[in-house]
Amino acid sequence: MPRPHGGRLVDRFTPQSRKAEAAEEASGLPVVEVSRELRLDLENIASGLYSPLTGPMTQNDYLTVLAKGRLSDDLPWTVPILLDVLDEAAEGFGEGDTVTLMCEGEPFAKLTVEEKYGWDKEVHSERVYKTTDQAHPGVTKTYSRNDTLVGGPIEVFDEYPGKFPRYRLKPRETRFLFKEKGWRTVAGFQTRNAPHIGHEYVQKTALSFVDGLFINPLIGKKKPGDFTDEVIIESYEALFQNYFLRNSATLVTLEMEMRYAGPKEAIHHAVIRKNYGCSHFIVGRDHAGVGDYYGPFEAQEIFEDYPDLGVMPIFFRNFFHCRKCGGPQNEKICPHGEEDHVNYKGRVMRELLMKGLRPDETQMRPEVVDAILRHSKPFVE
Amino acid sequence: MKKVTEEKVAVMIPRELHDKIKEKIAGTSFTSVEEYVVLKLENEFPDETEYTEEEEQIIRERLRRLGYIE
Repeated sequence: MPRPHGGRLVDRFTPQSRKAEAAEEASGLPVVEVSRELRLDLENIASGLYSPLTGPMTQNDYLTVLAKGRLSDDLPWTVPILLDVLDEAAEGFGEGDTVTLMCEGEPFAKLTVEEKYGWDKEVHSERVYKTTDQAHPGVTKTYSRNDTLVGGPIEVFDEYPGKFPRYRLKPRETRFLFKEKGWRTVAGFQTRNAPHIGHEYVQKTALSFVDGLFINPLIGKKKPGDFTDEVIIESYEALFQNYFLRNSATLVTLEMEMRYAGPKEAIHHAVIRKNYGCSHFIVGRDHAGVGDYYGPFEAQEIFEDYPDLGVMPIFFRNFFHCRKCGGPQNEKICPHGEEDHVNYKGRVMRELLMKGLRPDETQMRPEVVDAILRHSKPFVE
Repeated sequence: MKKVTEEKVAVMIPRELHDKIKEKIAGTSFTSVEEYVVLKLENEFPDETEYTEEEEQIIRERLRRLGYIE
C-alpha cells in the first residue's frame, strides 16, 4: 500500500469530544457561504483524500500548480482546490482571522484565513482545462465563480453524512479495509457511468494482476446526459452481485464534482486513489474528458511527467466485442478484422436506454440494464 | 519531498539502469536517483498506517455494519 501523498494522511475533522465547543466558537465569527460542491471539496480535504492539503490553496501553491502541475514543495498536484468568496463577504475579515464556513444555511467548518487573493480566470482556464472556450463545462464554472480567493487551514466540525452513507468511507477506513482483506496491491477504478461489458473487462483484466479492485464512482454534480448517481450505484450493485467474486472487489463512493479537465484531472484522480490506499490506478481512453478538448490518450501520456506520483497507472486503450472471438477483446490480442468488431459505445447505449430499449447482452449485462431501466429518469437533465 | 535522514547502506545497481532513472527524473522534484529508488522501495515496503486499539475497533465495527467485512 502506498504512503499517502506527501507522506501523511491529513485529518481536519474536529474530534467528537470537541464538536459542540467548536460549533459554539463558530457562531460568533464572520460567515462565508459555500456551495454544496465546494463543501464536498472541503470535506475531502478534512478526510485526507486531498492529502497533503489542509485547506483551500494559498496563492503560492495555486500559482505553482498552474505553472508546473506541482505544489510549492514540488509534490505532484494538477487541479487547484480553491475557495472563492463574494467580495462583500471578503471585506468582513482579514488575514489571520477565523471565519465560519456555511453551506445551505448550516455552519459546518472553520477556516483560518492565511491569505486573500485574486485570480486570472483566463489563465486558470488555459492551464487547467487547456482551453478558454466557455462551452467547456469547467471553463463555464470558472467564469461563474467569485473574484476573491481565500486560502488557509480548515477544521470541519459538522461532517456531511454523504448522499450514500452506506458507501462513504474515509481513507483511513479504506486503508484499514485493504489491510483486513489482505490486499497488498489494489487497482482504483474511477467512473461516472453505469458499467458496460467493456468496463467490466478492464476491471477484471486489472484484477488479474492485483489483489483487489476498488470501484470508486464519482458522486456529485455532472453534466446533462450523464447517468444519475442512483443509477450508477444500483447498476454496480447488480454487477457486483452477479459477476464479481465477493472478496475481490469493493465499492466506495467519492463525492466530488467532475471538472472535465482531462489529463490534469486524471492525475488528480490518481492522487485521490493513492490516498485511499490504491497502489494502481486505471486510466482508460479520454479519462475525465469532454467533447474534443483532449486527445484520446492525453490523460495517459501526462503520467510520463510524474514518475514521482507514487501510484502506478494502468493504461487501457480500445476494447470491443469481437464476433469471431465471441467476447470482449482488444487490439493487442484479437487477430480479427474491424468487420468483426463492435465497439463499446457508451453514447449509443445511453441513446437506447433513453428510449427504454435494452442494449445487446454483448454490450451490457442484463442485470445492469434492469437496474438502469427501473428508473424512469436514469440520466441527469 | 521527505528527506532521508536514517543511517544508510550502499546498494549497487547497474549503471545503465542508473542512467535511465536519471533521464526519467530530469525536470521532476527528484533531486537524485537515490531519492527515486528510495521512494519506489518505500512503496514496496511501506510503513503500516497506525491505528489505536480504540480506533481499530470503531473502524472494524463500522466496516462490518456496512457489509465490507464479515
